Amino acid sequence: MTSAIENNASPRRLFLGNASKLALSAGAIALLGGKDLLAAASPADMKSDVGILNVAVGLEYEGIAAYTIALKSGLLSAAHLKAATKFQDDHKAHLTALTATIRKMGGNPVTEKSLDEYAKALKVDQLKNEEDVLSLAARLELGATNAYLGVIPAFKDSALAKIAGRLAAEEATHFALLNFDLGRPFAPTMSFGA
Amino acid sequence: MKFFRLLFTVPLVLVSSSVLSATMGDAVNGQQLYESRCIACHSVDDNRVGPAHRGVFGRKAGAVKGYDYSNAVKAFKIVWSDKTLDLWLSNPERLIPGQKMGYSVSVAQDRLDLIAYLKSVSNKP
Repeated sequence: MTSAIENNASPRRLFLGNASKLALSAGAIALLGGKDLLAAASPADMKSDVGILNVAVGLEYEGIAAYTIALKSGLLSAAHLKAATKFQDDHKAHLTALTATIRKMGGNPVTEKSLDEYAKALKVDQLKNEEDVLSLAARLELGATNAYLGVIPAFKDSALAKIAGRLAAEEATHFALLNFDLGRPFAPTMSFGA
Repeated sequence: MKFFRLLFTVPLVLVSSSVLSATMGDAVNGQQLYESRCIACHSVDDNRVGPAHRGVFGRKAGAVKGYDYSNAVKAFKIVWSDKTLDLWLSNPERLIPGQKMGYSVSVAQDRLDLIAYLKSVSNKP
């Protein structure tokens, strides 16, 4: 990939290089596994919440796979490699917290698919340059943001709903950074989770 | 007299057409909504966290090959139509208790637009 991106003096291109400094505390996410959930929930409510959490696990597995593919593509500049690594680490932390919570609730987390399956479903053979890779990442992060926000009303346990909000915030950070770095317009006001 | 008739008729026509487009759904807006809200789990042609949507309109629920549906959806006898998709999108758990999507679309026009888009991808490519 051309070094013009790294050499570009535009602030927006340098933005993602600083992404690793904007992390949420890993400890904050670890609280998800340690919290005493569902003190008075019915088995049916817990099963429902586990189902939703497993959808989130599926999302996180796909996100992790997407970044693995991105990191191995040879299409990303050094700055974007750093950001992609950071974002993938966030998704791995989300996955760890979600699977721990599902087990704590007596459920079984869904399993990961093969990288080839994710690659086919994400049509990675169509990724030809860095912009394609960043666009895919932005699209998935926006989808994840809205997915987490969209399932908040479905949780029976408000503590899990709050966690979904926190994860949505982190995905939104990823999306915003990618979107800005791609030079695209800001998301319309009040467009997330509508 | 003709003038007054025209004066009242034109606004009525304009209001009626906007009401009509609202009740029919806008597939173009529906695609934008799909790509910002549904894309995390779904795509048109591939099973991902959710099943593929190509051909969903008019299809029985739980019928996409290769997708691992919840037992609830597999057992539920329903065909996806304007009405059933609207019920599903507004509250999946109310329609099919035990489903695993969980995601709902609270704005009625958004649902109409999404359904219009899903109809548009239900014609063979």
